[in-house]
Amino acid sequence: MIIHHPILGPRDAQEFVYLGDAALIDRPDGMTAGVEVFHDWLYNRDNPAGEHRELWYHEQGDRSWLVVTRNTVTHEITRVELARDVARSKGRSK
Amino acid sequence: MRYSGFRVIAEALTGHKGWKPVWRDATPQAEYDYIIIGGGGHGLATAYYLAKEFGQARIAVLEKGYLGGGNVGRNTTIIRSNYLLDGNEPFYEFSLKLWEGLEQDFNYNAMVSQRGIINLIHTDAQRDAATRRGNAMRMHGADAELLNREQVRQMYPWLNFDNARFPIKGALMQRRGGTVRHDAVAWGYARGADLRGVDLIQNCEVTGMRIENGRIKGVETTRGYIGAKKVGVAVAGSSSKVMAHAGMRLPIESHVLQAFVSEGLKPLIDGVMTFGAGHFYVSQSDKGGLVFGGDIDGYNSYAQRGNLPVVEDVAEGGMALMPAIGRVRLLRSWGGIMDMSMDGSPIIDKTHVEGLYFNGGWCYGGFKATPASGWAFAHLLAKDASHQTATAYRFDRFLKGRMIDEKGQGAQPNLH
Repeated sequence: MIIHHPILGPRDAQEFVYLGDAALIDRPDGMTAGVEVFHDWLYNRDNPAGEHRELWYHEQGDRSWLVVTRNTVTHEITRVELARDVARSKGRSK
Repeated sequence: MRYSGFRVIAEALTGHKGWKPVWRDATPQAEYDYIIIGGGGHGLATAYYLAKEFGQARIAVLEKGYLGGGNVGRNTTIIRSNYLLDGNEPFYEFSLKLWEGLEQDFNYNAMVSQRGIINLIHTDAQRDAATRRGNAMRMHGADAELLNREQVRQMYPWLNFDNARFPIKGALMQRRGGTVRHDAVAWGYARGADLRGVDLIQNCEVTGMRIENGRIKGVETTRGYIGAKKVGVAVAGSSSKVMAHAGMRLPIESHVLQAFVSEGLKPLIDGVMTFGAGHFYVSQSDKGGLVFGGDIDGYNSYAQRGNLPVVEDVAEGGMALMPAIGRVRLLRSWGGIMDMSMDGSPIIDKTHVEGLYFNGGWCYGGFKATPASGWAFAHLLAKDASHQTATAYRFDRFLKGRMIDEKGQGAQPNLH
């Protein structure tokens, strides 16, 4: 698979480390959310067959985190964003 | 029809005209006491033991494709019970004991071959870990032996013992481990279930679940609505898709695992060998092909095919261990979809819906578990209580901090 890095251009997926569903960005507030919400965030997954937004880390490159939109049935990648931009668009500071 | 050596000879002398289809092609009835979703190894074993050991009737197995067309036909056929943790080892040892009596039990030749499995050791730390694992296995009644370098050399003198990075220093061996003809497992269980009146319904995909007041009433399928008192789901690989019909999100990611077989060779490896440090394991089929594999690809996938980097990684592992195979050609490679759970261990449990039960999360270790999984799931379905060897495989273990994490990787499925 080739991941079109927003800054570095097309890169081999082997340069990246995979973390999982991009919903992991939205970590609940540990002080207020409660155990059940935190458990759901940490352990449960939508795990769709089809379009999936997921976190990839460019370990063998510029060490940026990316949000890659990829089809889990065809492995086709349709969108790549910097995770930083995604988090900021949700009102996070970083 | 009962199979025997006499029967084979009699049929051979009469032109093989007496063989009959091994199971009926059933059409769905309006209602059953038990519906098992998934006509793979685990689902068929569940139906078989439900009928045979737990005396239940009015059972149907629903399969979206053909029987045994999923992971039971795509794995590398290894059986073993070399687990470390208390939550796992009794269960897998129960499974291995069932394997040992399976062919007599269901009167079908599954080619159970206890040819032994070794896990190679390269460092003192690995030997300590293997010793601990072997002791844990023996405490639960399994067999385990620690082999030194010379004992491994006697078995496989052509291995690369002096690899600079991973010199072979010994191995943990389980002689009762081995291989089984995987398709025959599905066929044997299917036949055994069919003989006991189970309806095996193929080309019947579940498209929805009818749930009223928190209780399962039946399932919507491509062949119409079918009512049921209890529904058991055993569809590892597609677990998240099917359980979404009941509004559940699972502690599971689907990942693709590739496997490979080489062209046929003269006898080379008479057992099973794992080279954990090199992410490689291998055995040799009765037809002579080297059957081997390595790691999962590492990203969510439902594609049943992997990518080339893992092919290269597995081939490198093979070459590091067995330089002699350098000019062997690959015959086939394929992929299967794994239910990778958050701690690397399976789930056999009730759900929040009354009458709906779940069996999945087998990661890449489901095949060896087939008999015990079927037995334990049948026990749960029939008695509403976990089988004594499967009490730890609960959904709430993640909430309560009782993970069964053999590898100690935490909630990172692609590392298990």
